[in-house]
Amino acid sequence: MSTIEEVMREFEEIIPSNTAAGQSVQERIIQLLEELRFEDRDVFGIRLALEEALVNAIKHGNQMDPSKTVRIMCRAGFQKVRIEIEDQGEGFHPADVPDPTADENLERPCGRGIMLMRAFMTSITFNPSGNCVILEKVRSEPEAESETAQSA
Amino acid sequence: MTQGNRRLDIEEVNGVTVARFTDKKILDESNIQIIGNQLFSLVDDDHRQKIVLDFTNVEYLSSAALGKLITMDKKVKASGGKLRLCSIRSDIKEVFKITRLDKLFQILDSRDKAVEGF
Repeated sequence: MSTIEEVMREFEEIIPSNTAAGQSVQERIIQLLEELRFEDRDVFGIRLALEEALVNAIKHGNQMDPSKTVRIMCRAGFQKVRIEIEDQGEGFHPADVPDPTADENLERPCGRGIMLMRAFMTSITFNPSGNCVILEKVRSEPEAESETAQSA
Repeated sequence: MTQGNRRLDIEEVNGVTVARFTDKKILDESNIQIIGNQLFSLVDDDHRQKIVLDFTNVEYLSSAALGKLITMDKKVKASGGKLRLCSIRSDIKEVFKITRLDKLFQILDSRDKAVEGF
């Protein structure tokens, strides 16, 4: 039986290594999520995670090198969105990034991007070389409905 | 004025400088750089010591923006001043909580509370 859940929208974009191009693809994804009526708090978290992932790819991965590009693949349905972001840098090991919430790191001005992605997405996965991240978010239940479910 | 468009509305309230962000989204590196420079100028050029950052308009902010706030806090403390944040919406408060930066910054619910008892 065909259901509304099976409707999938997807696109792939290859952008240059500048943050303005990153903003533009970010807007395209957010617009798609709004069309799919994702909850505001989901959209907030996904935008934040996208910003962090795109800045990582453009700035840290490709080092803003104009000869390098970033590939973004987005696949969204009513239940879930999956975004793959791949740069042409050398990659990194996420485990090597120090815990930004440790007392000794609290005043460091950087190093919080991955943690925010993890906090706001359902899952984030890096490929073995660390130059590609997959962000996944499963749609949250609408607030009113989850309250009803709890009281039922 | 060499800083281009102002990204902060500045007001003096009882000797306290209240700087309200005008942007809804504090995202994008170049944007954050400009906002950071305007913030730092309050300390480096204007020598202000009691500063409240008002987040009423802010709907999004990234980790790069958090980095600028941390640097701002260090600058203010180094000059013997105090920095407070106020009027942060719940989504963004969660960002401060997750990163434990709610322990580093003094965060108050409203501008009035932030200006009080400096």
